[in-house]
Amino acid sequence: MSTTETTRPETALEPTRGARFTGWAGNYLDERTSISGLVKELGRKIFPDHWSFMLGEVALYSFIVILLSGTFLTFFFQASMATQVYDGSWVPLKGIEMSAAMKSTLDISFDIRGGLLMRQVHHWAALLFIASIGLHMLRIYFTGAFRKPREINWLIGFTLFILAMLEGFTGYSLPDDLLSGNGLRIIDGMVKGIPIVGTWTSYLIFGGEFPGTDIVGRLYTVHILLGPAILVAALGVHLLLLVINKHTQFAGPGHTNDNVVGVPIMPVFAAKAGGFFFIIFGVIVLIASFFTINPIWVYGPYDPSPVSAGTQPDWYIGFADGALRLVPPGWELELGGYTLSLNILLVLIVVGVFLVVVALYPFIEGWITGDQREHHIADRPRNAPVRTAIGAAGVTFYAMLWAAASSDLIATHFRLTIEGVIHGCQVLLIVGPIIAYFVTKRVCVGLQKKDREIAMHGYESGRIVRLPGGEYIEVHEQLDDYERWKLVSFEDYKPLMIRPDKKGRITVNQRLRAAASSWFFEDRIAPVSRGEIESSHDGGH
Amino acid sequence: MAKDHDGAEGSIVGTTVEKYGDNPPTAGIAVVVADQIPNPGFPPFRPRVTDLYPEKARQQERRVSALFVISIIGSVFAIAAYIAFPIVPGDIGSVRINNLLLGVGITLGLLGIGFGAVHWSKTLMDGHDLVEQRHGTRGTAATREKAVEVFTLGNKESGFGRRTLIRRTLIGALVVSPLPAVVLFRDLAPITDPVELLRHTLWDKGVRLTRDPSGTPIKASEVTIGSAFHVIPEGLNDHEDKLEQKAKAAVLLMRLKPEDLHVSADRADWNYDGIVAYSKICTHVGCPVALYEQQTHHLLCPCHQSQFDITQEAKVIFGPAKRPLPQLPITIDADGYLIARSDFTEPVGPSFWERKL
Repeated sequence: MSTTETTRPETALEPTRGARFTGWAGNYLDERTSISGLVKELGRKIFPDHWSFMLGEVALYSFIVILLSGTFLTFFFQASMATQVYDGSWVPLKGIEMSAAMKSTLDISFDIRGGLLMRQVHHWAALLFIASIGLHMLRIYFTGAFRKPREINWLIGFTLFILAMLEGFTGYSLPDDLLSGNGLRIIDGMVKGIPIVGTWTSYLIFGGEFPGTDIVGRLYTVHILLGPAILVAALGVHLLLLVINKHTQFAGPGHTNDNVVGVPIMPVFAAKAGGFFFIIFGVIVLIASFFTINPIWVYGPYDPSPVSAGTQPDWYIGFADGALRLVPPGWELELGGYTLSLNILLVLIVVGVFLVVVALYPFIEGWITGDQREHHIADRPRNAPVRTAIGAAGVTFYAMLWAAASSDLIATHFRLTIEGVIHGCQVLLIVGPIIAYFVTKRVCVGLQKKDREIAMHGYESGRIVRLPGGEYIEVHEQLDDYERWKLVSFEDYKPLMIRPDKKGRITVNQRLRAAASSWFFEDRIAPVSRGEIESSHDGGH
Repeated sequence: MAKDHDGAEGSIVGTTVEKYGDNPPTAGIAVVVADQIPNPGFPPFRPRVTDLYPEKARQQERRVSALFVISIIGSVFAIAAYIAFPIVPGDIGSVRINNLLLGVGITLGLLGIGFGAVHWSKTLMDGHDLVEQRHGTRGTAATREKAVEVFTLGNKESGFGRRTLIRRTLIGALVVSPLPAVVLFRDLAPITDPVELLRHTLWDKGVRLTRDPSGTPIKASEVTIGSAFHVIPEGLNDHEDKLEQKAKAAVLLMRLKPEDLHVSADRADWNYDGIVAYSKICTHVGCPVALYEQQTHHLLCPCHQSQFDITQEAKVIFGPAKRPLPQLPITIDADGYLIARSDFTEPVGPSFWERKL
């Protein structure tokens, strides 16, 4: 971009003072930064509109809110485990020994104007951040927006999801209160359960024996420096790739795989998205003004001895905690004098494999379809029944782990036994995803059949007509072309035919692919073709 | 404003292949439908009320401005609330009022801008959809050729591929160079062996059992049947590493009818007249097993619901824990106070690799 030869244009009309100023400022910047090229490239970039495309925006904006409120908190928080005696405004804890971290968190809550508000904004925004990332991921998954060319961006998004949970957990642990201390105790127990290196890893993390006096300071560095730095960098690449790949859009009249239909950044998208940021921020502040979150003053400072019933991690860690609860009894071995904690290892493996499958799914599906083309039209979930069914199974699996983290609360609320709830969750963890898979697939195929029916024969108009012969019929109205297009424009795959390669061999890879593709595409409903429409129109009502 | 509606004729699958030249990307197992229904193109633009009636547009303009004014009022209100409703030391009600009014003011300040801007864009800004063409993500053939040439030239001019000795030693150096950073982290923890530390607690022969947290000793006569005491070793509160020691030494003391206890032969003298002491640290991942159910004599860990039966020497009867809670051998001293007979005979708390060594 070389725009260095730009000169100030002579204006014909009498410009207003504002226009003169923007003209001057624009020229000043451009002559020093060549920014006009960027504005030209990006200023009228088109963004498609759909409510589900806002989920990622919610994540982005809540992250900005987290950065702003978190910065405020760092000015008052003391990341130290040095023992101090509390003498602040919260009477029940007066005179109690606690760490400087806990004390400064109490001071932020009770002795600094707006401190409680900022703490609650920070915590609520963090919850919204992770929730919206989760929903954003589900949107991407169920609409197939991870397909080429966006597989790498899926991986980056996945990394952001993991980082968000890491940031959430480290932040949650900083106040050094009883609840978060127990969370760290569980982390310590899990790390110690790792074979061979576990004991030493825990020792290094905590700077000695649990809890030690280092962990809050170390988590603080991770929470406010390392984590955010990596997160911001990954987020930057995430957004850059979004710009390079351009946003996906849903099928619609006039929408093709070769275009983007929507509103330009300047001015409509800027106003909508900018306004949306303020709405998200406002809603978070509103929630923080009315609803208490993480009342550490109720829990008190960390002490390894007491614990309250119904201890819960923040909800996004629940799936891992639930997994710990669901391990059947007795899973621990001794091998030649060494202790192998399968009750921990199993959890790490199951959760790890689950996450790896999530991360690699785009590559798995890409391998099965062998489709190397770019895809910019988002699928309706029903039009990819097996993908949708796998997603539903995954959601059910996650949900069961998550529910298990509240097994004690479920038991007390519904007056069940703790053992019964745990056994129920164990069964549903295995059976639930299978049921979800088949039900979802059937529902998708059913919806596809309905779409096909409507595309070919129209919809029931509700108008009943009596024929001369006395027969009553309901008149079907045809869809107009625009509505029909939404129903018929989707991509269709069929199972791979096994064929010998050039050397006349059938490779294992091909057999696997054929099996996987028939699993995916055996029960397919083809989109309606032009011929079918025409013959259905000729054939009657 | 130019409405670029070209290219609306393309199909769903599209053709972003212009950069691939003669080798279009494979469609894999996708089905190519011969007589696809054609894309009907863009539907006609449906104008909004504000597009048709200038007075409606002016009405919306006033609404947008009103929202922005509400925002200003909200922000000013927040500043006023900060000053007018300070936190009165010791008065929690003032914290609540401060939090609420400040929050409501800021909320209005933000929501006013947000709803105003969105309303503006939806009612007054140009409502036409615009179209931008995609051109395939990869670079054009010429660009890619240039890029390849850059690498080829780089390789040729440096001799990176040709001078294998340089290349291999460089890769070796780059692999080894981060290793000092790994070593640097060794001192995250002290030099001493953690396994030794995990094996021992503050309990020892003759150490009195005292109440948690006050540290007052407990007489055997004070422990009535059915009661439970949270116990720490005497002198724990004076230790500098109090929390680390407590994380290992915390004990739960209970008295059962002696006939309810199933005592194994080697632990015959570990209880005192039905008074038993067990480590409070769960053998699963280390939560305090703090919930004692005195009818069934079961201990429940609130974190992951492991249950231990005190009548059977804290055997696990449910949940993910494997090992029973370690028992602390106790007796009484000359004054009738409960004391430990020794340290725990095995490491307490979560399992670790070297536990049995």
